[in-house]
Amino acid sequence: MQKLSEISFGKEYVIHEILDTELAQKLLEMGCTPGEKITLERKAPFNDPIAIIVSSFMLSIRRVDAKQIIVKQV
Amino acid sequence: MESNKIKIALAGNPNSGKTTLFNALTGLRQKVGNYPGITVEKKTGNSKLDETTDVEIIDLPGTYSLYPKSIDERVAQQVLCNKEDDSYPDITVVVADATNLRRSIFLLTQIIDLKMNVVLALNMIDISISKGIIIDVNHLSNKLQIPVVAINARKHEGINKLKKAIIHTRKEKINSFFFDIKLLFKDVIEDTNKIRGIENNYASFLALCMQEMSGEGKIRIQLFDLCKKHGFNYSRAQAQETIRRYKKIDEVVENCTTIVEVQKNKSFTKWLDDVLIHPFLGYVVFLSVLFLIFQAIFSWSEYPMDLIDSFFTNLSMWTASVLPKGVLNDLIVKGILAGLGGIIIFVPQIAFLFAFIAFLEDTGYMARVGFITDKLLRGFGLNGKSIIPLLSGAACAVPAVMTARTISSWKERMITIMVIPLMSCSARLPVYTLIIAMMIPAEQSWGPFNLQGLVMMAFYLLGFLAALATAFLLKFILKAKERSYFIVEMPSYKIPDWHTVLYTIVEKVKIFLFDAGKVIITISIILWFLSSYAPGNRFEKIDAKWAGIEDAEASITAEKLEVSYAGIIGKSIEPAIKPLGFDWKIGIALITSFAAREVFVGTMSTIYSVGDNSNTQSIRERLESVKNPDTGKKFFTNAVGVSLMLFYAFAMQCMSTLAIVRRETNSWKWPIAQFLYMGVLAYISSFIAYQILV
Repeated sequence: MQKLSEISFGKEYVIHEILDTELAQKLLEMGCTPGEKITLERKAPFNDPIAIIVSSFMLSIRRVDAKQIIVKQV
Repeated sequence: MESNKIKIALAGNPNSGKTTLFNALTGLRQKVGNYPGITVEKKTGNSKLDETTDVEIIDLPGTYSLYPKSIDERVAQQVLCNKEDDSYPDITVVVADATNLRRSIFLLTQIIDLKMNVVLALNMIDISISKGIIIDVNHLSNKLQIPVVAINARKHEGINKLKKAIIHTRKEKINSFFFDIKLLFKDVIEDTNKIRGIENNYASFLALCMQEMSGEGKIRIQLFDLCKKHGFNYSRAQAQETIRRYKKIDEVVENCTTIVEVQKNKSFTKWLDDVLIHPFLGYVVFLSVLFLIFQAIFSWSEYPMDLIDSFFTNLSMWTASVLPKGVLNDLIVKGILAGLGGIIIFVPQIAFLFAFIAFLEDTGYMARVGFITDKLLRGFGLNGKSIIPLLSGAACAVPAVMTARTISSWKERMITIMVIPLMSCSARLPVYTLIIAMMIPAEQSWGPFNLQGLVMMAFYLLGFLAALATAFLLKFILKAKERSYFIVEMPSYKIPDWHTVLYTIVEKVKIFLFDAGKVIITISIILWFLSSYAPGNRFEKIDAKWAGIEDAEASITAEKLEVSYAGIIGKSIEPAIKPLGFDWKIGIALITSFAAREVFVGTMSTIYSVGDNSNTQSIRERLESVKNPDTGKKFFTNAVGVSLMLFYAFAMQCMSTLAIVRRETNSWKWPIAQFLYMGVLAYISSFIAYQILV
């Protein structure tokens, strides 16, 4: 288990849990449900925000929010 | 007849091609208004399904779900859940991006569960096939129990099939649902149905979820008690429901799609992103794009702006000569036509700016610009999405304020809107040009650089820095209504659709002309009145004084302006602006430039009675010869020049901007606050500069 903000390129992860309720509402409806695969795609300059690929689309998210997302490496 | 028209709502995720389909269905028969009481844009248009069926189409804001989190989503939710709503549709067409089927049909199934007549328009199926995702459309239709039509909105393919499906669906009465919400919350929903008096489980569920946001009086209190009684926590319930719904969607999607192995080259998007999001190259590209846009806006707009200018000059002259002399003539020529000309002159710049923005937006590049600037702007209380409005402000604040809509956080949007007018817009250019030309000889240079150009650039930079600094202060003043995020989908790069670009331009120009236009015309008329009337018989005296003297026209105009109401105001504010180095004549120019900053040049030429007021050269020479009555030396010293430029850099002297800010914020509070803070900033900086330099 690790935070989404700490994942590295080239590895595959699945969403385990979104800790923050408000953030969870936003992400769940976009299809970021527990069990969905996540890969790290890009980092913006200064490493923030980051862009991830989740259920086949690219999504950018700030590092501070990524800390609220717990993922598991597969 | 109008009220019997079939109403169709278009719903869908952002980037699903919803607007493209809307444009394809309605063409230019579109209307843009606001939903009552809120600032969310309401786009409607007319279309024909067949020879006999006229329909009204409502383009709902793009959303991922019906959970009301932002005002945009609230609108979608209100329209679809409230049968009494004026816009309540007979049929809802959900536009889905075939490459993101899973996410797209989430919203769809929510709408199905509201027991609405739904048609699914499956867009971009060609792209999904090229990615190796094959969707069995018939199977999907069976599973969802609604008509599914594959379309290509850009190429206008499948539109007729979609229209037929809509006509067909209209006659059906659907009573099926996709996901039974009662499985999760049986008791509380049954009770809610009773309170609401409607047997619609999912609508009741949504009503429970949004009770905090709606002020439905008695029902709201009852719902609140109900939640307490059943221990219903709406955010937990939403999360629970979303996860369950997605599980069911996953089954359907898996059932209806086949994944085939396609040869995966490094995709075009990845290749472009390597450059466009690159920590160094990304900024280089962005700055070059900006440079190009501004070059284009300034040079391309020049020609149509000149045309408009001369058209209105001619029209004014013609009208003045055709209509009988008198008040009406004056009002039409100097009030209304001058006001109209002042508005329409901005249309080319607005059109070009939005052409570029719509073009870049449609390619998918804008999301990347936000991505690489979000971190930098966050420190100033802004958002990655603020960069485009801010930079557009360097062309014209009016369209810039309109583009701030895409910022979903209320606080960040307000900060963005509040600081946009500090960016040096194109209307300041003539003012800067005139004053710089007076202060600095054209040939003077600083190293290899032309000094005039450097000063000009310094003032642009100053505007940008002032905007950032103000944003930073506002960050601590404004209270956030919600948390700020940068959760943005970064779509694959596409070749932009010129239809979309064209429609965006038409839409924005319309908004500017009709909404801001009303206020601008009103203020123009007031300004006209102030500058063409005087108390008592002062004008007659001037006429009598110059009677019989030839070529006195310019002197008469100047003297009349001096004694007019505007002149009186100018003189009465002189004590206040004297510490800035301004006299009452500049005072008049300050007042009249409230119509638009560049009016400064015209007023200065009138008031110093320069015969030909279209020639900057002659105005400059005239102004340079003006002596200070107290000292007998040159009046327009560097101290006055710098002070004046600072004042124009910071003061809110643009009623078009104020009008558009009012429209966008739906309140006079914001434009007034903007006017005041910028006025104070302008006064203080001019004061300091003048007192130091003099």
